[in-house]
Amino acid sequence: MAEAVAPKNNPKNSWGADLFTLLKRHEVRFLPFVPDAGHADLIRLAHEDNDMQPVVLTTEEEGVALACGHWLGGKKSVLLMQSSGVGNTINMLSMLANCRFPFVTLVTMRGEFGEFNSWQVPMGRATPEVLKSMGLSVHTVTQEDQLVKTIDAALYAAYASDQQVAVLLSQALVGRKEW
Amino acid sequence: MLQRREVVAQINQARGQALMVTGLGSSSYDLHAAGDDDRNFYLWGAMGGAAMTGLGVAMAQPERQVIVLTGDGEMLMGIGGLATIGVQQPDNLSIIVLDNGHYGETGMQASHTQFGVDLPSIARASGLPVSLSVETEADMLKLCGALASQAAGKGGAIFASIKVAAESPERSLPIVDGVEIKNRFRRTLGLNPL
Repeated sequence: MAEAVAPKNNPKNSWGADLFTLLKRHEVRFLPFVPDAGHADLIRLAHEDNDMQPVVLTTEEEGVALACGHWLGGKKSVLLMQSSGVGNTINMLSMLANCRFPFVTLVTMRGEFGEFNSWQVPMGRATPEVLKSMGLSVHTVTQEDQLVKTIDAALYAAYASDQQVAVLLSQALVGRKEW
Repeated sequence: MLQRREVVAQINQARGQALMVTGLGSSSYDLHAAGDDDRNFYLWGAMGGAAMTGLGVAMAQPERQVIVLTGDGEMLMGIGGLATIGVQQPDNLSIIVLDNGHYGETGMQASHTQFGVDLPSIARASGLPVSLSVETEADMLKLCGALASQAAGKGGAIFASIKVAAESPERSLPIVDGVEIKNRFRRTLGLNPL
């Protein structure tokens, strides 16, 4: 489910730099991630910037606990993952509800729009419901002109009023993986 | 064999200014029994999340020592976290496992550590610079020495597995309200609720 390197056969996103600028404006420096092609630009930019702390995870649930711990220590974070990883986080998301931790995750979708690999479909279909069931607000972005605005709103809601928000980046936006 | 309440009392006494995170179940009760403290973040759930919660705190507060206290079952559920810690190399983080070889909350079923799974070896292979197997009082003194060195900024991340007797001391229950546990912990760092 994860890509070891930025895949050569995926369309290059133009918005990685816009998101990076947005994160900096919100003083988000801590980026736990399990790699995904759709996040590749953002992860690369984070590694190139000494002020950013990209943290590679073995599984997405680590990122939920890390984000909670980071807020206990007074700092913001954003968890980057793919929709298949949302399934790995379910029980750890209970920390958000129990302690009302502010939380933002950016989820690149698979199995949702023009998917080649049918094995991605069940978790892709379940992703919004799973997140909602665990108490998160879920916003889906399908158009590039809505992306920065939506993530800006998510960061504001989380870090101004202890909300838990997932922003799903549709395959319609990210582009499908060509095989 | 070492007794869990005694070793936790010893660690709590040696903690200095350290912030602490405890894994669900007995580890939370043990630290509470040693003395409730606003600097303790007790997990009542989220099994497997203690070490990563501690890493999150440690990376947000690099000047403060952070000690995670958890059980063997809880550590095993989040075992990949040791690899993540190995990559980050947080100088101010200690992970201490109270290893009784059992899942104590659920009827004392045997855990992997009874069958040869060696947590300190996993921590060492993950790149943690200090990894200790603690079985005696002398080993405990060594651990407390390592914690003191870390508090002084020397030695890097610590992992320790303390072999403790499989017993269930009377529960000593911390508050269960997660929002309050969060807010009081943050207040000790001068951080107010939103």
